[in-house]
This record gives sequence, C-alpha cells and structure tokens, in this order.
Amino acid sequence: MNMDLTIHEAHRLLKEKKISSVELTSHYLERIKNVESRTNAFTTVTGELALEQAKKADVAISKDDIQPLTGIPIAIKDVICTKGVKTTCSSKMLENFVPPYDAMVMEKLNAAGAVMLGKANMDEFAMGSSTENSAFFTTHNPWDLDRVPGGSSGGSAVVVAAGEAVCSLGSDTGGSIRQPAGFCSVVGMKPTYGRVSRYGLVAFASSLDQIGPLTQDVTDCALLLNAISGHDERDSTSVPRPVPDYTKSLKPDLKGMKLGIPKEYYVEGMQKGVADAIQTAIKKLQELGAIVEEVSLPHTPYALAVYYIIAPSEASANLSRYDGVKYGYSYKDGTMWENIEKTREDGFGPEVKRRIMLGTYALSAGFYDAWYLKAQKVRTLILREFDAVFEKYDALITPTSPTVPFKIGEKTDDPLAMYLSDICTLPINIAGVPGVSIPAGFVDGLPVGMQIIGKHFAEETILRVAYAYEQATDWHKQKPEIK
Amino acid sequence: MKLTREEVLHIARLARIALTEAEITRMSEQLSDLLEHFEVLQKVNTDDVPPTAQSVNLESVMRGEDIKPSLSPNDVLANAPRREGDYFRVKPVLE
Repeated sequence: MNMDLTIHEAHRLLKEKKISSVELTSHYLERIKNVESRTNAFTTVTGELALEQAKKADVAISKDDIQPLTGIPIAIKDVICTKGVKTTCSSKMLENFVPPYDAMVMEKLNAAGAVMLGKANMDEFAMGSSTENSAFFTTHNPWDLDRVPGGSSGGSAVVVAAGEAVCSLGSDTGGSIRQPAGFCSVVGMKPTYGRVSRYGLVAFASSLDQIGPLTQDVTDCALLLNAISGHDERDSTSVPRPVPDYTKSLKPDLKGMKLGIPKEYYVEGMQKGVADAIQTAIKKLQELGAIVEEVSLPHTPYALAVYYIIAPSEASANLSRYDGVKYGYSYKDGTMWENIEKTREDGFGPEVKRRIMLGTYALSAGFYDAWYLKAQKVRTLILREFDAVFEKYDALITPTSPTVPFKIGEKTDDPLAMYLSDICTLPINIAGVPGVSIPAGFVDGLPVGMQIIGKHFAEETILRVAYAYEQATDWHKQKPEIK
Repeated sequence: MKLTREEVLHIARLARIALTEAEITRMSEQLSDLLEHFEVLQKVNTDDVPPTAQSVNLESVMRGEDIKPSLSPNDVLANAPRREGDYFRVKPVLE
C-alpha cells in the first residue's frame, strides 16, 4: 500500500483499520533512514519513542477512540520544548538541553494521540532564512539538493516535502514557516499572534513569534491548526477566544470574496518567473469567483528596517538568559564575568551574535529613541494600514518570496541579501495578522509559493481562499524526486 | 553611520559577548551596513504616532493567586552545568 498519505487520508485508513499506526510509523522511520543522508532535515530522530506512541495509538483506535491526529506521525521543529527529548534550537548553546516540560502544543498533540518522529533542523534560535545558520548541518531542498530549503523552519518544510513525516510544526517570527513552505512546495501557516500558545516555544522575538503547521495540503493545515490553537494562561499573550473547526471553512469557490493585490510587494529583485506564476494564480482566483483589485500599503518598504530593529532588540533581551549557569553550554575556567562572556562567545553562532549586538545597540542608552522607539512607531503605521485595507478586502495575495530557492552558500556572506528574502513575509508578523503559503507552481522545476494574508483571527478566510485554489490546481500533488 | 571599534566593544560588553579580533572587524562592517540601510526609517513622519509593543489588544493580563504544582527542584536543576544540593553553583560574584 502507498503510505505517502495526508493527515486526512491516513486518518480514514486508521479509522477503517486498513492500516495501523505502527505500520504507518515504521514506513516513515524507514523513509527517514533512506533519504536523511541527502536531506539532513532532522536533528534528532526518536524512533523508539515513536513506535511506543504508535502502539498506544493503535490500542486507542482498537477501542474506537480516535481523533483526527491519533496515530499520525509528525515532526517538531527543534525550538519547541519536548519533555525528555533534546531541544537544541540547532545551537551549540543547547546541544545537550533536555527540557523538563512539554510546550503547550506538545501537550495538545500528545493528548490527541499524535506520534512524534523527531526534531527538525532549523537556523540557530530561528534566526535565518536558509537553515545554513544551524550549528550542526545545512538542510537540503528535496527539489534540488544544491539549494536551500528556506528557513528558519527548513527542516520542518523538508520532512513534509520529502515524505519523511505526514506533517510538522514550525515557528514563524518573520516568515520562518511560510518562506520554507514556499521553497519546498508545501502548505505553511503563521496563525494570528495569540492564536497558538507560545508556552514552551524557545523565545526569539516575543512580540512576533508564533507556532504554526506545515502540511501537504490545506485540509491538513486546518486539521493541525484545530489541534494546536487555543488560550493558555501560561502565555499571557494567547487570546481567550473560541477555536472554530477550521475544516468547516473549506469551500471550493470564492464567490463574493474581495482580494487585494498590494503593489508594494512586487519589489525590485523579484524574479520574473515568480511574478508570472503569481499572476497566473491570481487569474485562477478570479475564475473561482473572487473580485481582485490592486491595493496599496505604502509603508511596506519600511517593514524590513522595522523588523530588523524590533526582532533583534527582543532577541537580545530574550537570549540574555544563556549565561552558562542554569542550563546549556557553560565555560567554567574563568571568573564569573569571563565565564559568561566566553559561554556566549563559544555557544552562539555568527548570525545570533550579530542580532544580539544589533538589538543591544538599538536598545542602548542614547540610541533607544532613534532606533527602537522609532521602529515601534512605524510598526503602528504598518498595523493601521493593514486594518484599513481589511475594511474593504477579505484577503491579500502576494508571492511568499521574491525568488525561487537559492543556492547553498549564495547569500551567507551578505546578511542584507539574506534578510531581503523575507521581504514579503515580515510585514505580516509586524502586524500580527495570519498568513498562509501554498504551492503555486514551479519555475524551471523550483517551487513558487503564494501567500494569502487575512485580518486578525481570519484564519478561516485565508484557508477558504487557499483551499479553493488548491482544489482547482494540482501543484500540491507534485512530489520531488530526491536525487 | 559607521560603528567604530570602540562602539563595537562597548555593545559587546553590554551584551556580555566576548569577540575575537576578526569578529570585531566583521561586526563593525556588517552592523554599519545594516544601520545605514535602516536609516530610511528617519524619513517616516511619526509625530503623534504611539509605539506598538505587540499586535493583540490584551492589556495587563492577570491570573488568580492560586497555588499549583510546579516543577520539582530535581527537574529544574537537571540541566544545571554546576549544582550543589538544590542550588546552581556559580563563581564568586564579589571577591
């Protein structure tokens, strides 16, 4: 039997008892064994634990106790705390860190009977757009192994694209779910800030971070979002608001919907093939009944600067906890201050140091008003602009990235060029609104992602647009041949 | 916007990160480049615009003062690089 299944397909077969979770899990562990030497997507594979969880799921299923994720093999980005299983953030700093508790999303997945296959590689502390900042190894794009899978949730995107897991969780601070989803031709959503609890997500930039699903199709995205959403008093920014059944919003047409195309997203440096693919996709959305108009978000060109002041500032505060005293890497041979400074010198990689330095500078005496406060004010203008445009439009359509996946090594020496690859996704985190990237075609065999953006808590709206488009196309059914 | 070697060392000290000579040079160049790019923000008129700290309208979230179980000292200290009894062991702060 073909075991390359979506969540909903696997669920049906598990429910009808045509396959067992142990069979399904064994298939994925075998697949991991076969392709991992080429993709390098996992930092840790938890084979034994997965089979134990699968056995438990099979017992539950035998008693007809089955939820949509029961027995489904999933991978977890290595920034989400998993009790008793190493959570490294792909950093030397946390290479041997074993969390004493589960993140809220893990509590939810465990209660739902999901099977964890392992932890997915990422840019160190989620800072990066290519996984090249992992302290351990670079993950390879299964569509072209010489190219990056995007980042920072590169491992999470690759395992789904390469058939190494049914689905995965990532985290997104400036595009870290959507950009790799686009680069790997899978579905990836950043929910509204506050929709999913950040409890147990290792903090990068706390006003921007959000956990979200990476899946093979839009139905799976809705199912996984159902499972992880909801209020949690341990994250005071999670919003006490009921969680709808997101699968109910999936309808095959877009009659009466108004979609905006923000012209500022078509930046200099956007590849023609990407712009053309999105144009073709927009025509398809019109055929499905949507009214499409060009809109303007004039402060978009400032989003990069706003983001790269606010995110590093918050990171510099959050990462001050790594002092070699409480957990993590520890240099022990000097005085107290020497130990702290050496711990941080040895434990952090170049990009993390760069961002801590940048953030420390922006927050330092004499510069705070000119940089950090200024960025927070421009953030307000960006937020207001989104609010205004969503009074007239149900959703916005943009490319997820200005380019197709780039070559490994191409941008590692030029931080600004690397940062520009998130130009279309950063504003969405600044505004806190939800965005989803879905497969929208290929340029010379390399994936193009389309981003659909909605207003705060309008996940149902963007899922409906995503679903209608997906049903009218077959990009999501194309799988890479890993050479 | 050019960060001098002294400024880089000052920031590194605030951030408590030791830097090698090569890192000091590279940081000075790369941070200067980035800050130069970010100067575009100064062009935006933000008179009378309040700052945004986060995008969801929740303010001063409180919880009840309920006593609940927390992690055991053993769990909390399990990852401690140096431990003595139920304490983290550190080098002297004042000598």
